[in-house]
Amino acid sequence: MSVSAGDVLTALTDAAPGPGLEKAPTGVTGLDQITGGGLPRGRVTLVAGSAGAGKTLLGLEFLVAGAREYGEPGVLVTFEESAAKVTANVRSLGFDLDALQRDGLLAVLAFEVDPGELVATGEFDFEPLFLMLSDAIERVGAKRVVLDTVEVLFGAFGADAIVRGELIRMARWLEGRGVTAIVTGERGDRSLTRHGIEEYVSDCVIALDHRVREEISTRRLRVLKYRGSAHGTNEYPFLISARGFFVLPITSMVLEYPVFEERIPLGIDRLDHMLGGGLFRGSAALVTGSAGTGKTSLGGYLVNAACERGERVLLALYEESPEQVMRNMRSIGLDLQRWVDAGLLRVWAARPSASGLETHLAILARLIDEVAPSVAVLDGVASLSYGASGTEVAGLVDRKFNLLKAAGVTILATALSSGDETSAMPMSSMVDTWLMLRNVEHDGERNRLLYVLKSRGTAHSNQVREFVLTNDGIELVDVYVGAAGVLTGSARLAQQAAERDAEGLQAEGLDRHRRELHRNVVKREADLVAVQDQLDAERAEIDQIDRRERHQMAESEADRVAMAARRWADAAPGSGGER
Amino acid sequence: MSRPGSGDDGTVTDPEETWDLRLYVTGRSPKCLRAIENLRRACAEHLAGHYSIEIVDLVENPSLGAADQILAVPTVVRKLPAPIRKLVGDLSDTDRLLLGLELRPPEVPRHDR
Repeated sequence: MSVSAGDVLTALTDAAPGPGLEKAPTGVTGLDQITGGGLPRGRVTLVAGSAGAGKTLLGLEFLVAGAREYGEPGVLVTFEESAAKVTANVRSLGFDLDALQRDGLLAVLAFEVDPGELVATGEFDFEPLFLMLSDAIERVGAKRVVLDTVEVLFGAFGADAIVRGELIRMARWLEGRGVTAIVTGERGDRSLTRHGIEEYVSDCVIALDHRVREEISTRRLRVLKYRGSAHGTNEYPFLISARGFFVLPITSMVLEYPVFEERIPLGIDRLDHMLGGGLFRGSAALVTGSAGTGKTSLGGYLVNAACERGERVLLALYEESPEQVMRNMRSIGLDLQRWVDAGLLRVWAARPSASGLETHLAILARLIDEVAPSVAVLDGVASLSYGASGTEVAGLVDRKFNLLKAAGVTILATALSSGDETSAMPMSSMVDTWLMLRNVEHDGERNRLLYVLKSRGTAHSNQVREFVLTNDGIELVDVYVGAAGVLTGSARLAQQAAERDAEGLQAEGLDRHRRELHRNVVKREADLVAVQDQLDAERAEIDQIDRRERHQMAESEADRVAMAARRWADAAPGSGGER
Repeated sequence: MSRPGSGDDGTVTDPEETWDLRLYVTGRSPKCLRAIENLRRACAEHLAGHYSIEIVDLVENPSLGAADQILAVPTVVRKLPAPIRKLVGDLSDTDRLLLGLELRPPEVPRHDR
């Protein structure tokens, strides 16, 4: 990952707002991060954007969040729609403006300014607006005000100089009252807003953009100006979904992720063994390979294994429909539907062309928010390159990984590659584990090989394995590496058979030898017994001879003594005479 | 069509018809005072006896302007005859005042109106 010094600086300063400048949180996910805490408190912020860019919604989120979460009631002044219409429009986003008004947390002043109805003749001022606004602010104790869209006033009154003067007065007046305000403005052709109000109205300018490229639309937000505060200057993608405004909590450029020692097995024993027990929790794995190498199946295994442990899993599909994947996984013995039914697995599928890269990213961020998965499998990330350049896709995948890693989610992404392993995608530095599946063609058949190209923090196996998909699942088989190269499939089977034969021959020879030796041993043991017997017999004989000799000697001594006694020999008895 | 009234310049006034005008002001600012004066003079000139002017001061009750969607002052609203017309400003531009309240027919079209 390339992190420039500027990015790091941005990331650091974002987190530390300058002293003295108080901020009012917007409650919009992501925006508060970019601005280092929210909009300048007690100042006016201009939100500029073309029609449908989401200006009104941003303003409303600011008010609703203020009222509900930050104890700051607000006033909405709208010049475009009736109160009923505004209320109806945002009800689908879960904003109940009626309830907020009943609770005294929100006041709505709606003016339908019809340009055809008004004629300006001479000087005027917006005193009634000031009076009503003042009234409303006091009534609800407002700390926040949104004026939507002031550009309408220019068109309606047709006296730009007066309207501009009054808007400046309004901005100063709001600041004087200490309320934090958002003024929305229509995007102009050359300037940020049609009537150039960014020049004088605000301390903070946020531009919303709705761009279409290659027929794919992407919404972006950018903080153009923030007086007295550091802010992220990038364009940040955002999403308007059923849950409102959502700015991507970016490219947090700081490489800080939760780190785990725990291993997550993929559920394929031999592969887990090759990886030293599985993937590290919170790490990112990439599976690349050409078409039909079984990338999705690997992902399916991880999903299944995680769900079996009772973990929540997000499966994002960029190539196939959920039904198709479910069916295909069933064919290798994986029933993923039961995990969906059990509420553990959330499958989300979208055509890559359905929206821009950033939108995909924002959707993913939202899904992470909703599902809170511990494992995420992104299938077919390379397909996202539809209508985008390689670097853009790499950037996108990078941000996706960042997002997931920051949330401590274990990631497995699969990407189609066209044979050449290293150019698969310029994303290898983002992934901790890189598995490559490869088709090898040999003897008229294609077989799959699995390599572990990289596995950070792991003494991983450098072995190639054959990757076999069966009705019962994935099996990894040793391949044969010989002079003819790596043998797989039938060639491997043939080699296995040949080796078995060779082993058989060898075994026979050994057996014969063993039998022979055995026989010898038996014989020698028998011999040993015979010799021992002989030895014993001879020892016994020696003993007998000794005994006899001693007996004879004793007898002859006695005879001699007896004889001497008879002769009256003078030698003392027993003192030893002649022998 | 020729009608009685003060109109020698083709002012359209029905003897039965009353012009119901409402002028919104805030306090006694110079702009508002000028507007009151300008409106009274124009009406006296063109609608003698056939008009009523109601002056509403929003300082006392800002919400009174809500019904007529009053954002700016001075604003004169022609309640009758229909359709409702709104003029914003101190009414110092007499031509636009007459045109805006349709006290005088537009000059450009030559045929009937």
